Amino acid sequence: MKLQVDRDVLAEAVTWAVRGLSPRPPVPVLAGVLLDATPEGLTLSAFDYEVSAKVSIDAQVDEPGTVLVHGRLLADISRSLPSGKPVELAADGTKVQVVCGSSRFSLQQMPTTDYPTLPTSPEPTGTVSGEAFTKAVSQVAIAADRGDTLPILTGVRVEIDGDKLSLLATDRYRLALRELTWNPAAADAAHVALIPARTLSETAKALGAAGSVEVALGNAAGGEGLVGFEAGQRRTTTRLLDGDYPKVTSIFPSSVDTISVIKTSDLTEAVKRVALVAERNTPVRLRFSEGQVAIEAGQGDDAQASEAVEATLSGPELEIAFNPQFLLDGLGAIGTDYARLAFTQPSRPAVLSGQATADGESDESYRYVLMPVRFAS
Amino acid sequence: MFIDGGEEGRFLHADLDSFFASVEQRDDPSLRGRPVLVGGGVVVAASYEARAAGVRAPMGARAARRLCPDAVVVPPRMGAYAQASGAVFAIFRDITPRVEGISIDEAFLDVGGLRRLAGAPTAIGTGLRGRVRAEVGLPISVGIAGPKFLAKVASAAAKPDGLLSVPVGGELAFLHPLPVERLWGVGPVTAATLHTHGIATVGDLARHPQEWLAAQVGTGAARHLYALSQARDPRGVDSGRRRRSIGAQRAIGRGPHSQAQLDAVLVGLLDRVCGRLREAGRSARGVTLRVRFGDYTRATRSQTLDGPADSTPVLLAVARLLLASAHERIVADGITLLGVSLHGLDNHGVVQLALPFEVGAGGWDPPPAAVRDQGSLDRAVDQVRGRFGTSALTRGVLVGRDPGIQMPVLPDGHGAQ
Repeated sequence: MKLQVDRDVLAEAVTWAVRGLSPRPPVPVLAGVLLDATPEGLTLSAFDYEVSAKVSIDAQVDEPGTVLVHGRLLADISRSLPSGKPVELAADGTKVQVVCGSSRFSLQQMPTTDYPTLPTSPEPTGTVSGEAFTKAVSQVAIAADRGDTLPILTGVRVEIDGDKLSLLATDRYRLALRELTWNPAAADAAHVALIPARTLSETAKALGAAGSVEVALGNAAGGEGLVGFEAGQRRTTTRLLDGDYPKVTSIFPSSVDTISVIKTSDLTEAVKRVALVAERNTPVRLRFSEGQVAIEAGQGDDAQASEAVEATLSGPELEIAFNPQFLLDGLGAIGTDYARLAFTQPSRPAVLSGQATADGESDESYRYVLMPVRFAS
Repeated sequence: MFIDGGEEGRFLHADLDSFFASVEQRDDPSLRGRPVLVGGGVVVAASYEARAAGVRAPMGARAARRLCPDAVVVPPRMGAYAQASGAVFAIFRDITPRVEGISIDEAFLDVGGLRRLAGAPTAIGTGLRGRVRAEVGLPISVGIAGPKFLAKVASAAAKPDGLLSVPVGGELAFLHPLPVERLWGVGPVTAATLHTHGIATVGDLARHPQEWLAAQVGTGAARHLYALSQARDPRGVDSGRRRRSIGAQRAIGRGPHSQAQLDAVLVGLLDRVCGRLREAGRSARGVTLRVRFGDYTRATRSQTLDGPADSTPVLLAVARLLLASAHERIVADGITLLGVSLHGLDNHGVVQLALPFEVGAGGWDPPPAAVRDQGSLDRAVDQVRGRFGTSALTRGVLVGRDPGIQMPVLPDGHGAQ
């Protein structure tokens, strides 16, 4: 193998390909990145049995060939090479020479014979706008569980029903649901998949810059248990989570008693300030009355804080307490100037959604359901 | 402000003598003056007559009988002990609101500000002993000193049924001849280390510099022991002290135990500790499971929750996961004790509620039905038990099972005003 490639193009491609590799893989070769040079250019692949990534870039190939080298090391090297100069990669016995300007690196090759075959490239189930997809994933992934008690809750549940794509995540205490339209390959497309939230977030960020992202689910991905994403010359697959996701249809209250609309930035700033005195695990209390919401934290001998924010109220007055971080997560995710909070009782779920103007329609395409904190009396 | 300028220390440590056995001797005159062992297979308390023969609690009943063949063995009556303890603590709090309960049968009292009201500490201590004897019918020993820990050392020296006041200025003269084991924090391991260096008494310890001690027992322990050997203890009486963990354990006989049997033991333990948790108006952030295997080695497993919880089903689900994680070792080595403790206790009693998921979603924790009613079952059970007693309502899996000996405990927040 012998080729020349642009330094920035190589650095970006290697960094993307190895981003999901485990620092301590179960088998040493899984720490590698496979470089496959053909007359068409250079393809880089990485795979750790959970996540696979494959990217093709332009390269001037003098001698085709395939080598496997340590992925993170090549990524670190590529990023530190002097910019504006081409990089030359050449197989040399059991080594790979990396030359850029007067910098020269010699990397040990890893045995390609032990390297697993990447999952086959899937046929897309449909396509979605890169920007919309990235935003939707970031809105939902915040509600996924980060603990390890219930693995299924570390996933984002993706459901496809024709041209409707819905993403959902919950950690038992809050739940985020985003619905958007997409372009299915078949009008009757129907799939449900549970994708690890962390991987999905990284994938969405990495592919979001592209105008459109192809998504492949179900059998299309070369067998059950995989989801594939493709944008431009980048292709990635992720193993799905297995297990029964809780039924969430009953979570959304069928009727609402109290609704308050508040300027998102005002409420966010006030909650952040008041929460400074909320010690570990203690809530912020919100008292909704005509024209305002009073926010308080701290009690007894502890430090206390309070602040009032202008708010509209329809329905009975209400006092409710939340984990401040859970509330702030939701306020940060709605992405609209106004926040709409809907309640039934202080011990029942509250629903947060966005609203463009103070007296406009609420945007129900994103809903963040938040369970309150109960004061044990 | 009144400055205590007397010659006596302000801290009083009151400790009931051989508490369980004394209650038995109080209630059954035929036991008085005779060696009494409280317990079944394991002696949990021994009267002074039995202690004279060398019996110590806890000790296997067989070994205790060998030491003291004419001892009378009586089964424990935990309800009677809890009642007696409550009466004694009521007397403590009648003397001063500044009471720090240490356990069911001992407490620190700060009587420094009471000279004009109630007299000198010795007079207060004598009065306390007289009232406990007259009103509850039990012997109690009292130690008085300026440094708090020294009051406890003094009460131990005063036993049985005595009072000892260490005068201000006389602390070192009292403390230094005592064996190092009397110091709080010196267990068998530290004592053995100190003995190898020729340190037998507190005075021996006090003659070594703290730096030298640090090389033997570690920096933290050295600082602590050195301060104690100089009779220095900056702590005051903390009447608002709250428990940092709530636990219960159950010894299990050797021999094979089915998973269902172990689960029933676990359910019983959780039932008990969760009830106490809610009674104290608190919630827990962590669960620790303690297992003693067949070879008497021990292991603990802990899990931290995402948020504080006070619900029996939620905490039980976590404990079951922990027990399952020890399953292989239990099958291989057997199990002789199971314990559980709740920690990360939250003073504010706030609970992050969980979303009301539907029943029937598989592998779903916590159990959906319990999540749905958000603790109303727990509250109902607590109310019934509060009114009709703990045994009025029992879980199905526990019907017909021996609940084991339930050691009475100091209610949480005891002494808090």
